[in-house]
This record gives sequence, structure tokens and C-alpha cells, in this order.
Amino acid sequence: MNTLMAKYAAKLSATGLCAPGDVLMAALDDELAWSQPTDTGDPRRKLMGAVFAGMNISALLLARPAGVYQAVMVELARQALADGTTSGWGSITPGDCETRTFLHDLPVVDSMGADVVIQALRQRKGCVILNGDEVLVAAFGTVSPEQAYVTFSSMCFACFVAYFADHLLRARQGSLTPERQAAFERIKALLPEDRDDLPDLLPGPFESEDAAREALIQAGRHTVEYGLVDSYFGNISYRLGDTILISQTGSSLDELGACIDPCRMDGSSCAGITASSEYSAHKAVYEAEDNARAILHGHPRFSVILSLDCERLDCPKLGECHRACDTPRAVTDPSGGLGVPIVPGEVGTGPFGLCNTLPAALTGTSGEKRGAIVYGHGLFTLGAVDFRDAFATLMGVEHFCRAEYFRRVARLGGE
Amino acid sequence: MAGPRLFGWAGKILRVDLGAKTQDVLRLPESVYRDYLGGKGLGGYLLRDHATLPPGHPDLPLVIAVGPLNATIAPTSGRCHLTTRSPLTGAVADSSAGGRLGTELARAGWDAIVIVGRAERPTGIEIDDEAVRVVDASALTGLDTHEVFARLRERRKGGSIAATGPAAESGCLFASLIVDTHHAAGRCGLGSVAGGKNLKYLAVRGTGRRKVADLPGLKTAREDILRLTAASPVLLGQHGFSCFGTGSIFDLMDSRRMMPTDNFRRTRFPGAEGLNAYAYKQRYQPRRHGCQGCHVLCKKIAADGRSMPEFETMSHFTALIGNTDLELVLKANDLCNRLGLDTISAGSTLACHREISGQDLTGERVLELLTGMGTGVGPGAELGLALAKGSANYAASMGRPELSMSVKGLELPAYDPRGAYGMALAYATSARGGCHLRAYPISHEILRKPVATDRFSFSGKARIVKIAEDANACVDSLIACKFLFFAASLEEYARAFSSVTGVAATTHDLLVIGERVDYQERLMNARNGFSAKDDDLPARFFNEEGTSGPGLPIPPVPREDFLAARSAYYRIRGLTPDGLPTRETAERLGLPWPSGLASGEVGR
Repeated sequence: MNTLMAKYAAKLSATGLCAPGDVLMAALDDELAWSQPTDTGDPRRKLMGAVFAGMNISALLLARPAGVYQAVMVELARQALADGTTSGWGSITPGDCETRTFLHDLPVVDSMGADVVIQALRQRKGCVILNGDEVLVAAFGTVSPEQAYVTFSSMCFACFVAYFADHLLRARQGSLTPERQAAFERIKALLPEDRDDLPDLLPGPFESEDAAREALIQAGRHTVEYGLVDSYFGNISYRLGDTILISQTGSSLDELGACIDPCRMDGSSCAGITASSEYSAHKAVYEAEDNARAILHGHPRFSVILSLDCERLDCPKLGECHRACDTPRAVTDPSGGLGVPIVPGEVGTGPFGLCNTLPAALTGTSGEKRGAIVYGHGLFTLGAVDFRDAFATLMGVEHFCRAEYFRRVARLGGE
Repeated sequence: MAGPRLFGWAGKILRVDLGAKTQDVLRLPESVYRDYLGGKGLGGYLLRDHATLPPGHPDLPLVIAVGPLNATIAPTSGRCHLTTRSPLTGAVADSSAGGRLGTELARAGWDAIVIVGRAERPTGIEIDDEAVRVVDASALTGLDTHEVFARLRERRKGGSIAATGPAAESGCLFASLIVDTHHAAGRCGLGSVAGGKNLKYLAVRGTGRRKVADLPGLKTAREDILRLTAASPVLLGQHGFSCFGTGSIFDLMDSRRMMPTDNFRRTRFPGAEGLNAYAYKQRYQPRRHGCQGCHVLCKKIAADGRSMPEFETMSHFTALIGNTDLELVLKANDLCNRLGLDTISAGSTLACHREISGQDLTGERVLELLTGMGTGVGPGAELGLALAKGSANYAASMGRPELSMSVKGLELPAYDPRGAYGMALAYATSARGGCHLRAYPISHEILRKPVATDRFSFSGKARIVKIAEDANACVDSLIACKFLFFAASLEEYARAFSSVTGVAATTHDLLVIGERVDYQERLMNARNGFSAKDDDLPARFFNEEGTSGPGLPIPPVPREDFLAARSAYYRIRGLTPDGLPTRETAERLGLPWPSGLASGEVGR
């Protein structure tokens, strides 16, 4: 448990979600262990001890999101508490796919009081604590500290998307106040610059399983390092003859070593039962297009945010966009040869699953930058022989979406 | 008492005394429903005052209970739960059963049926809403379950039927109850207890509806659950349960080198690749079938109408006994269902016999011995009747008790514990004995849900197993299917429960109920003499290696680490170092202390 806590504390710092050294985790088997063994009088310890006493859990994380995440969560938490019907209690309901599927909503409480934090954590996997002028996030696991890390990371991502999407929506509605616009300018200044240097990825085509695995591991690691996916989401695959090598469900793209499943396309083995929940979509793409060899799926933030933006504010399907939108939508940049469709679809294989929408959208694209965005979810890109073009498209589309987002906000008077 | 305005629950329990030929209605305080929910919890509550009665005693109750979610739109809420004391193990016996029985019972307006007494002759219980008839079933004596279903269906259309087969009449200690032809309450000898009461079948038809407090809230919870299952490769993915049945795990057990082979002497079976779920699907062209209220439809039925084998049956009737013939597996599975034999115990007991005798089993011999186990007739009768006492009794009678691969006398399923240490601990601590479903660590150790854990480590596993046991006890009380929890969690089901009943509850509240339900069983087991000596694995797993592969060593389970994890589990569970309940924990959970049981002492 100590090893796992150290690992996830380091990941939170490395991805910029938390300041180095700030993460406090604890794990309980029959004795409590802390990620920071020395008690320096940190008031979080007392709260965490009370949470362990009040819940059936095995791991707990309590930390301050850093930088832009801290700023957007403070704004959202204040708004949630103001909108809440119960004093000191509110909830954030981001519209992104991962939140809808796995977190549902994010409880917000207005103090570090043990009772109220326990009450929130008994309802959901994590909660936002507005403690004076700063926000902390508490998240727990019943199996591993990894769950707490995943929830924390997902909450940060969800709040980032929720804040920027909400700002653009308010701009479209004409309901931005000067205070909001001022906060937006302050938050915008906190955004780190995009990286524009492409990684030196292995050239394909790859003809052996070992070579393909090496390429998958490398591309996955860079996708995380470039901030194009959060926590353990995203997936990646490579077609090798009649076998698809694909990341396992719940695997971190930067730790794919032993987490790649070889799946025979004829279905003659079920060993891929642990494969990504998007295996069906990947397979459909490969079946439809013989020349496609690589698929990369990340959750670049502004691609997701832009997919949530729609001019049809009076659409009768509002609220059902993630699964019922039938309006042809796309992110387009004629000057850059970019035409990325946006399609609805939920995670996996249900009747509204993206396996029903994504493959046709992705294989319907052409040119050098081939990708498709799933509404509120993320971006899938295609590579002809390796991950170089897929990665470049992932990065290029995200850069364009970020720039396009601020263009739209400016056009609508949002800054 | 539970009033008529209750949401979710019916508020009444049917008690049938087959010996006295009487029936009455029990109405329990509403607090009992809130504290025990239904299903497993309610079953234990109704059993606990009689838990020390010998398994053959007429007054020992056989409880069939549903929960507040049954007959609602909560996903997978069609199951029911059976509870009694096991004739095979002497421990608490319980089993979840699929099909339609749970739904029909709930719609008929009953929270549970408590069956006591012994009828003079074979008997059926027929329930049509509030009307209850105890009928002579002598004409069904000796018939296999398929024949029973066919006869009964001639005059009873619709509804659900649970029936015993010849195994329950011939004294097999691991006889099962078969529900709606294709589903089983398989383990622990529940069918044997029914047979001991001369109960041949139970038929239930319900036309009512359960009252739901907050239907929109329930619809939201349902949608959240369905969305999670759609995101689950295990449940609805191309390689998952919906497409291939539970047998889809078979390939993974092979590649992870944890397929019990030759009575657990090895952990890899040569040729397993050709015996996987895909091979069955190609050969038998099965169709999907499922329990009432389930969208996963993990049950598969062959084109010729036979039930396809579940994963454990696929594995135990191939690797465990040295068979490579798919058709033999189909035949054995079909025979077990007809005779009413638990396939896990039957397969494992055959493997035990094979190792002791040193003689391989031909397909013909396998079927002879199963027939002998289930009927006591035919060329396999003499040996079959000895095997029908279970592997522990059989191995002991042969002077080789160490070759029964069981815990508490219940044969182990098809996950070798050398390949998953959480599973090793969970086998040992399971209240009903060698069972994978009480904590199901395979979920995280193999299937990566909710996140992956190190399968070759005991680190953290004591608390994980305890929490999972509590959660699953709650799931079996609500009722839902444990498979759904590869995807959903009590977080979503707490919302469903609150919406149905109007009782505010969080995940934590449900886990406390699960803890109470689990501890209730440990109190009963302690009264029947169970302690740490029974919470252990066969010595083989600590002394013999599995079948290692390149870069994948399968060493014996480290004994010291196992014992340390078990000790940690006892502390977390609130048991003594000898695995016994304490008054302090019982009091904390609101459980009455059984008379005659000293705190921390084994009962008699």
C-alpha cells in the first residue's frame, strides 16, 4: 500500500493536478498507513482519521488541486453552494461523458467538518470541499489507493471541462456578468501553454507483436505526458494481421507494459474480456478499413469542451445530446484541412454506445488528419501505419480546438 | 408490524409446515426489513433461531426470500435467495437462484416462504398470489427435473417453478434445486434439505405489483446502472458474458495459469484453447437467455434445448477430471441439471476420486458415476452413492482427507487460489465454505474492476475481502445479481433502494446492513462449531507449485502471509484470533447474542 500511495502521489504532482509534496493519502488494511509518514500537524490528518472511522473504505486521498484546477473548482464550488437547496451543501453536475457514467455528480460541502465530509463521501466516490478561499478534493477507494487517484483526477478533468463549457454557454446565452468575465480572465491566464513539439514516435508498420507493443507503450506514455488524456481513461490499439492489440480496461496509458490484450478479430478467444470497453468500436473501424493500423483515443480538454458547444440553444433534444443528437456537427478548419466530425455516443456497447456512431464517423474522414470527437467524451484518431499521424492529429485537433474555443468566446463577448 | 403502506416490501411472509399441513402468515416489525432488507439477510434472520438443528431435522427451515428490489425495474432484481443449514458442510447454506422465481414471489405478495416439517409423501407447494395449496406430488417421484417441469407445465402456464430431482430423494448431500429448467440454486445441498422435507416442487404465480415510492428516482438509478453495464467489457463487451456466457472467463483462466487441473494438482490444462466458450458457441449455436429483469442475458441455451454449461462446469468437467470432449461436458451438465446435482461439487468429487484411485475416467464412466450419485442405481451406483456424500466425506472414508479440494466441506470452484491470493483468503473466510462469490476478488485480481490489484500479493486484501463480503451480502439481500457489480456499485443501488422503499440510504448504510448479515451467519456457524481451523485451504495450495510458464511463476501460496492476512481479516471483521464472534461486535451490529454461546467460544 505504501508503494501505491507513493506512486499515485507522484503522478498527481507530475500531471500538475497537485503541488509537489501536497498530496496526503492514507491506506487502511488492519492498520492505517500514511503517504507522509511524519505527522507535521496537518489538519487534514484529523479529518481523514474521522472519515476512516466513519466509513468502510481502504484508501483516502485529500489534496488541493493546483493551478487552473484550483481556480475553476473554487468558482464551481461557490456557485454550487449558492445554488444548493441545503445550507452548506451543493453539487456540481458536469456534462462530460466520464462524469455522467462513473461519477454522476460531484458533491460540494463548505467546510472541513468531519460530519459533512463523511455525509458527502457516503453518497459519492469523492467530494469537493470549499474551505475558505481554497478547494480541497477528497476521494476514497474500497480496493486500492488507485481508485482515489482516479476519482480525484477525473473530478479535476470534469470540473475543468464544466467550467469552460459553462462559460461559453453563458456567452451564447448573453448571461455573463462582469464578475464572471473577470474570473474567466484570471483563470485563462493560469492555463499552461500547449506543447507543440511532436514526440519522436517509432515508425511503422510493425510486423511483430513485440514491435507493436513497444509502439503502443510509447504512444500511450506520450499521450499522457502531453496532457492529452487524464487519469486512466483513453485507449489505444494497433492492428497486426488478424489480431488487435489493445489497451486493457482501466489501464493507464502511461503504464501499458503488461496491460495490452491481443484480441483475435475472428472472436475465437475471449482472452480479451479485459480489453478496453471501446474494443468493439476499434474493431469496427479496422474491419471497415483494411489500411488502418492504429487508433489513439485521448480526452484532450478543449476538444471535449468544444464538442459540448452548440448554437441550437432551443433544440428539443437538449439534455439528450450525448446520445440522441442527430445534427451533423464537426470541428472544421478549411485552411488547415481539418474536418473532424462530432458524434453522440456513450461508453461501450449499449444501444446508445459509441460503437454505433464512431466507426462510421472515423472511417468517413479523409486526408492526413483523420479523427472524430465523441460528444463530451474525447477524440479518436486514426493512423495508417503507426502512431505518428494519429498522435499528430490528436495534438493538432486539440490545439485548434483550444484556439477556436477562445475565438468563439471572444466573438460572443465572453472576454 | 410492517404495514400495508410499505413500499418495496410486501410485509408478509408465508410459513408452510409440511408435516402439520398448516400454513400461516408472519408479519415482522418494519425494523426487521430495514435491518436485514430481504433475501440473504431475511433468510438468515428467519433461520438463526433454528440454526443448530441437524440438517435432516423436520423443524429446520428452508427459507426462500426476495428483497425490496424484486419485481421492480431495478436491473437484475429477478433473483431470489435460499437459506438453510447445509447437510454437506453443517454450516449455513445459502444460494442465489435466477430464473423467474424471485419476481413471481414478489408479485404474489410475499417477502419469503419458510418451509418446515416433513411431508408424509412427495409434495408440491403451489402459490397463486395469496392462495396457497399443498398438493400431493407422489406421481412425480423419481422423475428428473425436466420431466417434472414438463408435467407441471401441462396444467400450470406461466409463473415460475423450482423442482428437485432424484438426487434430492436418494440422499445426495449436494443436491440442488432447479429453477425454471435452466437455473439452479446449486450449492450446499439446498435440494437435499428440500428432499428431506419431501418437497418435490414449488410453483409460484404472481399478478400483483410492488409499490415504488419514487418511480422517477428509480428510473434515474436504473439508467445510471445500465450506462455502467454498457461500459463493462466483462458484461456487454464482445468477449463478455452477454455474448459468450460466464464461460468467457475460461480463456483468461488458461492464460493466467490458474485453471484447476487434475484435482488442483496443476494449474494449466493442455488443450484448453479448444475447449473455450468460442468452441462451444461454434458447435452448439446457443441462444441468449436470462433471468427475469436482466438485460445481460448471460445464460445460454444450446440449439437443441440443453443448458450450456457455466464457467465452473466447463472447467471442472474438463481440466479438473482430464476430459477434452465438449459433448461430454454438455451431457454431464444436462445430467446434473436433470438429476439435481451441483455441478461444482459433482465435478470436484469425481476429480478427487480420480486422484485417489489413480484411474482415468472415460466419458461413459463419468455419466455412470453422476447417475449413481443422483439416483443410487445403475453401474455406478455403489461408488456413486459414496461420492454423493461429497469429496470431504469420500476422501476421509478412503483415508486421504487431504485430497478433498474443499473448504468447510464445500468443493472449490474453478479459480486456483495460487493464482489469486485475495481469492485464497476469500475461499477460507467464506461462511458457506469453498465459494468464490462471497467476496469475488477475481473482479479486481483478474478482471480489473473496479481497479486492478496485484494477484500475487496479500497486501490490503484482508480489508478488501471484508468490504466485498459485506457488499455482496447486501446485494444478495436487496436483491440484485453480483455480476452487475463488475460495473455498477452500491452507490447506484443505494439510490435504487431508496427510490423503491422511500428509506434514505447511502452506500455506507447498505454496507453496514451487509456486515450485519454476514456476521449473523458467523454467529450461526460458531454455534455449530466452526472456527479458524475451518477457515483454511487444503494443504496442497501451500505445499505444491502450480503450472508455471515463461515469466509467470505460480509458486505455492505463502503460508505465513496467508495466516497473517487471515489474522488481519479477523481483526477487521471483529472476530477473535480464533475466528469467533464477539459480543462487542454483535452488539455494535444490533445482533442478539445466541443463548448458550460464550463470547469467543465455539458452540456445541
